[in-house]
Amino acid sequence: MKEFKYVINDPMGLHARPAGQLVKAVAGYASTVTLIAPTGKADAKRLMAVMRLAAKQGMELTVQVDGSDEEKAAAELKAFLEANL
Amino acid sequence: MKQGLGLPVFPGVAIGPAVVYRKAQRTIPVACGDPAVEQKKFDSARETAREQLTALYNKAAQELGEDKAAIIEVQMLMLDDLDYLEAVTAAIQDGAAAAQAALDCGEEFAQVFAALDDEYMKARSADIRDISQRISDILCGNAGFQLPEGSFLLVAEDLGPSETIQLPRDQIMAFVTRQGSSSSHTAILARTLNIPSLVQSDIALEEAEACKVLAVDGFTGKWYADPDEETMAMLLKKKEEAAADREALEVYRGKESVTKSGRKVLLCANIGCPEDAEAAVAADAEGVGLMRSEFLYLGRDTLPTEDELFEAYKKVGEIMGDRPVVIRTLDIGADKQVSYMGLDKEENPALGLRGLRICLTREEIFRPQMRAIYRASAYGNLSVMFPMVASVWELKAAKELCAKVRAELEAEGVPMKEVPIGIMIETPAAAVLAQELAKEAAFFSVGTNDLTQYTLAVDRQNAKLGDFYDPYHPALMALLGHIAKSANEAGIWAGICGELGADPKLTETFLKMGYTELSMAPGRILGTRRLVCESEV
Repeated sequence: MKEFKYVINDPMGLHARPAGQLVKAVAGYASTVTLIAPTGKADAKRLMAVMRLAAKQGMELTVQVDGSDEEKAAAELKAFLEANL
Repeated sequence: MKQGLGLPVFPGVAIGPAVVYRKAQRTIPVACGDPAVEQKKFDSARETAREQLTALYNKAAQELGEDKAAIIEVQMLMLDDLDYLEAVTAAIQDGAAAAQAALDCGEEFAQVFAALDDEYMKARSADIRDISQRISDILCGNAGFQLPEGSFLLVAEDLGPSETIQLPRDQIMAFVTRQGSSSSHTAILARTLNIPSLVQSDIALEEAEACKVLAVDGFTGKWYADPDEETMAMLLKKKEEAAADREALEVYRGKESVTKSGRKVLLCANIGCPEDAEAAVAADAEGVGLMRSEFLYLGRDTLPTEDELFEAYKKVGEIMGDRPVVIRTLDIGADKQVSYMGLDKEENPALGLRGLRICLTREEIFRPQMRAIYRASAYGNLSVMFPMVASVWELKAAKELCAKVRAELEAEGVPMKEVPIGIMIETPAAAVLAQELAKEAAFFSVGTNDLTQYTLAVDRQNAKLGDFYDPYHPALMALLGHIAKSANEAGIWAGICGELGADPKLTETFLKMGYTELSMAPGRILGTRRLVCESEV
């Protein structure tokens, strides 16, 4: 399992659009991806669960990637978060 | 060219494209009994929903930009959400029909989002409801009503009160309905908006859909689909003349409404919401004689909060300034139903739990409204009146409640002004008991629509009874005379706030009877003032 942390930079927080893009990106991996925020825990393949975190700017997300393509997935997700959030 | 006839409810001429409003078919088909079939139905409706949203997204992206279209993209993603899909499948396995499962699960998720401590996420509950409704609509075979851009004439079988308030007012040039009556809500709205309109018209919805141009003559009640050149010229001429007539009334703007013999009368406006108050001021109303509170309660999913009501009443008070504003407390029930109040279906809603009767049995509804009115009293010249009073004890009980509410607010240190408490006279019982009621009420305002319906036992929503709904009936005139006389003897004022208030045939009669206030659609005020000023009474 790979794990990394990311602090949300976007003033809007993890709002619907990036949450949607994130879910779309994660859907392509064989690994399970779990987001852990101070507000809860969500399977990153489930949009409403991710949105329900209502993660705001400044909150730290812990991203856990577990599966056959975890190496690649973790690296790409890190890049995605840095570019979009 | 095709033409036909309707009952005109407001004069004027409108010419433009026709848009047909069809009621949403929200009857949900029952489950067929085979979950696999229901699941298939759901999956195919979801595909259709996706296609609709994609089309909508492309249109929005082109016209409004990618940013604005993103909200539709979010809805498209929600359609794929695993939690939602699994919940729907579970509900279908449990025996639910596809449409019901979509709605119920959507509502469940919407509630979860509504409870989040984040304004943005809270608002997303509307998106979830929206997609669920879309899927359900597809399953019910209902394409939904798409509002066009620009101005148009709205054609419908009939329009309910919660439907009329959701319409975009500034786009509608006229209403043409196949049902309804001159006192239906469509008619009331047409008069508030000053737009020529027909009810009980013989136009076929398919005809209206097929025509390029629809014209309505609110003077004669005629409608024309694709009018020929000659008709068009005639209509345009009429339209100009109507504009000239309105111009001629302008000399009465700002004048006092007083007869040649010096009898003064207050000409007020009937309104439903704060926006209407602006129309009232623009129409030179001397006050608001009837603010219908129920429109603050319709077209929504929950009771308005005390603060929402307070803001609305405060706004009206501020717009009207020193001019008096009479707020009628909630008159829900009968022809105006709201689902969230959980009122039982009634055999005879017009004779059911409505008006003051609800307020006296449901204190949790009445109390916030009275608190809001008292709080708003500091910002204007407000009075309050109760609808559907039939007995003296009802008025006494309501007044007691008001006194309690007022005392509470005083203890809280809330600034308030005096708020006179009057009643609507709209039941024959109240009319007969006018002398007794005048001892308890600060004023009377006669709701002629309901008083006519109850006195003559004629349903005002029933178009077939048109000839029997006679507002000039001698029984009604006798009651009206008795009401005014009782008020004058007790030293309180009496007014008319039903449709008759603006009836030019009765203006002098009312003045003679002793009425000192007439409240009407804003567009009727200047015309009525001309009548009053020219009267010898």
